[in-house]
Amino acid sequence: MPAVQETVDRVRRIDVDQYRYGFETLIESEKAPKGLSEDTVRFISAKKNEPEWMLQWRLEAYRRWLTMREPTWARVDYPKIDYQEIYYYAAPKPKKQVNSLDEIDPEILKTYEKLGIPLREVAMLEGIEPRVGETDPVKSKIAVDAVFDSVSVATTFKEELKKAGVIFMPISEAIREHPELVQKYLGSVVPTSDNFFATLNSAVFSDGSFVYVPPGVRCPMELSTYFRINERNTGQFERTLIIADKGSYVSYLEGCTAPQRDENQLHAAVVELVALDDAEIKYSTVQNWYPGNSEGLGGIYNFVTKRGDCRGRNSKISWTQVETGSAITWKYPSCILRGDNSRGEFYSIAISNGFQQVDSGTKMLHLGKNTSSRIISKGIAAGKSQNTYRGLVTAHRKATGARNFTACDSLLIGDKCGAHTVPYIEAKNSSATFEHEATTSKISEDVLFYCTQRGLSEEEAVGLVVNGFVKDVLQQLPMEFAVEAQKLISISLEGSVG
Amino acid sequence: MNLVLAKTDTERAVSNVFATARDRLPGAGEVAEARRRAFEAYERAGLPHRRIEEWKYTDLRALMREVAPLAGRPDAAAITRAKAALELVAVDGAAKLVLVDGVFVPELSGIAELGAGISVRTLREILENGANDARSDLLLTSTTDAVISLNTAMVTDGVVISVADGTALSRPIQIVHVATASSASAFTRSHVKLGKAARATFIESFVAAEGASAYQANDAVILWVGDGAELSHLRVVADAADAVNISSGIVTVGAKAKLNLFNMTRGGAVSRYQVFITLAGEGSDLSVNGINLLKDKQHGDTTLVVDHAVPHCTSRENFRAVVDDRGHSVFQGRIIVRPDAQKTDGKMMTRALLLSDEAEADNKPELEIFADDVTCGHGATSGALDESLLFYLRARGLCEKDAQALLIQAFLGEAIEEIADESLREFVMAQAERWLEVRR
Repeated sequence: MPAVQETVDRVRRIDVDQYRYGFETLIESEKAPKGLSEDTVRFISAKKNEPEWMLQWRLEAYRRWLTMREPTWARVDYPKIDYQEIYYYAAPKPKKQVNSLDEIDPEILKTYEKLGIPLREVAMLEGIEPRVGETDPVKSKIAVDAVFDSVSVATTFKEELKKAGVIFMPISEAIREHPELVQKYLGSVVPTSDNFFATLNSAVFSDGSFVYVPPGVRCPMELSTYFRINERNTGQFERTLIIADKGSYVSYLEGCTAPQRDENQLHAAVVELVALDDAEIKYSTVQNWYPGNSEGLGGIYNFVTKRGDCRGRNSKISWTQVETGSAITWKYPSCILRGDNSRGEFYSIAISNGFQQVDSGTKMLHLGKNTSSRIISKGIAAGKSQNTYRGLVTAHRKATGARNFTACDSLLIGDKCGAHTVPYIEAKNSSATFEHEATTSKISEDVLFYCTQRGLSEEEAVGLVVNGFVKDVLQQLPMEFAVEAQKLISISLEGSVG
Repeated sequence: MNLVLAKTDTERAVSNVFATARDRLPGAGEVAEARRRAFEAYERAGLPHRRIEEWKYTDLRALMREVAPLAGRPDAAAITRAKAALELVAVDGAAKLVLVDGVFVPELSGIAELGAGISVRTLREILENGANDARSDLLLTSTTDAVISLNTAMVTDGVVISVADGTALSRPIQIVHVATASSASAFTRSHVKLGKAARATFIESFVAAEGASAYQANDAVILWVGDGAELSHLRVVADAADAVNISSGIVTVGAKAKLNLFNMTRGGAVSRYQVFITLAGEGSDLSVNGINLLKDKQHGDTTLVVDHAVPHCTSRENFRAVVDDRGHSVFQGRIIVRPDAQKTDGKMMTRALLLSDEAEADNKPELEIFADDVTCGHGATSGALDESLLFYLRARGLCEKDAQALLIQAFLGEAIEEIADESLREFVMAQAERWLEVRR
């Protein structure tokens, strides 16, 4: 498509203003005093009834954070964040002890309903026998640990998971109930000194999910968390820790939406994955936080540190992400391939529209022998957005037989957007074999002509091409997510086609 | 004051070098002022180190350690030694312009051989000539970084070549940099301007005279390729095994012009060639290629920025590196497509062949694209020689080394083939073969 005025107009009318999830839930919430100090850290720790070692861990991170500077190397541009203007803790005021879903604030449940989260439905499935003709519920079951602002509200499927020996609970509870596991693994993949945002998270994280899958167990269902930022001016700092012990398997789903806001909101999460011998972790994300309005105002700042450690032999970690939201995305899910024969995968669809800025990619650090990795990244830039892939593949001197394949493709829709590719490829031994390819183009006019000539409208034709473009990645998503993701992609590109 | 306090030992050494060399640098008044400003700019940034993104893989603070004092004027003995070294990089039929230790030596050069339509002057002469108003402009560049600023401050000589509109040069021009001094540095800068529809072949070579060691070369070449002009540019870096060579190229290409550039690095302990190319006129055709042949502890860096500033340009980049022993090859290539540069077609390919377990190859191909109607792509690979191909050749009676050499030659051929001029292509192939010979 040449950049005809029509295209430009349509891009301008893009869906960003009609953000589907832009509603606000009015519930009372309890906040820590505004700003960040040692007192805030102590406040959060006290609120969570944390043991002394945890408080010390947080304080150490806080002191380290004070000495650090915000990174500026990413291709994102945003006004300076005043870290003293943010509330670091917001929890819905506990009205009473909740024993079942029915006792939960109906306002909260309604919010999830609007989001289409099957919390209630899942709860019903758990208690009620399936009707005749309905599919086996076990197959379509998802355990949801819903994080509403900072506190996990309800955890379903706890019973069944317990039977399998899988621990799936808010990390605040895990700190109290399984201190030996948390102490052993927390910060072992993303240390408190890792980077500016991860260190900030270490000091003030309020909640998140904790998963431990014991040796030889195949987690009987997909684990899922929905994050949602609700309270005005609160940063959300989740901390997720997933440990797959020897020979185990777990698939974890993360989905995010946030209501419409004018002020930018900060989100700095940390996700740590540990895979021991022969274990496999599959981590999937669909992110569609508020991207800001058509003027580029508002939207979430998403600064996330996600890292997986293939600690054991023959272990495997796979990241799949569909990034459609946030005003700024700064996110590099990485794999440390420490164990011999371990494997890392990264499948990504990053869509930017309006004034969104995406700087995302991955790191594959080959340390063990015969490690392999695969990176498939699909970037789609429309409107006035900037979409950057930034990735690192490196093979250590002793990582003999390391193997990497990388393909990052970018699609440009409209002439005001930018697509950038910044790969770093470092081979430090001769038996490492790396292949990297990247392409950037717009949808070929020939292809569009072919489709329209056969009776498709231009919008349908573009939809078809885009779907084909991202298919490699969509296929990697668990079924439940793939449908939602496909819907999201078409929503985020609506109107960008001329 | 803080800046002074924050200086590392290396940088203090550079300060001293500038202070002591100041009186010997050509040009007064405006020129001296331009030098002073450039040195201030350099001092603010300091020697590039690994925290500077563009120098991530080539940390001069670690690799250069100290900056050697400015080399003295070559004496008669040095010129005799330089003459002998010229043979090593001789290209058939080329008219030589020889710079020995950063000083132009007329008796080794053949300006007269060039014929009509071309003017050649030395930079020193222009800088010193008070009557020339444009002299300080020669020190200004559109792109700059710390090492270019240092070059501006310290430059002693170079050649300023201008080829008239419509002139087709019958012989290649070859600038040869010969180092004869040891533990000294040479700062040179040359300007080459091709008029409209002119055609030329321009070679730049770096070579050491016998006995020259641990020297440092800092060179800059500013090239203009006029509308409809065609230029073949070849660089050969064959410095002494313990030398440092930091070279910058700043290239502007006009409309419907053709530039075919090839860089070959086979010498020097530390070498970096950074070239910034702007496609400033529509319908131009750019081909930038190169090979790095590295062994022992050599560090070779090729950094390339191709800026598509206007629509309808084509660029092709093809790089190969062969790294043996503890060599370290770096390739950084960036294709920028500006917002209005529609119909840009850019492709970049970089491949590294690692021959030893301690060799390292770092590739960073980048795309920075602000226009939608473009076709851009890049590829990067690194790996060892294909075992099955080696086996095939060995099964047919070749010894291990011969089989390797044959495969390496084929691998390098993919880049060397891109050289438009046949005699230059053969020259580069011969140089590559010589490198492989030594390895055998």
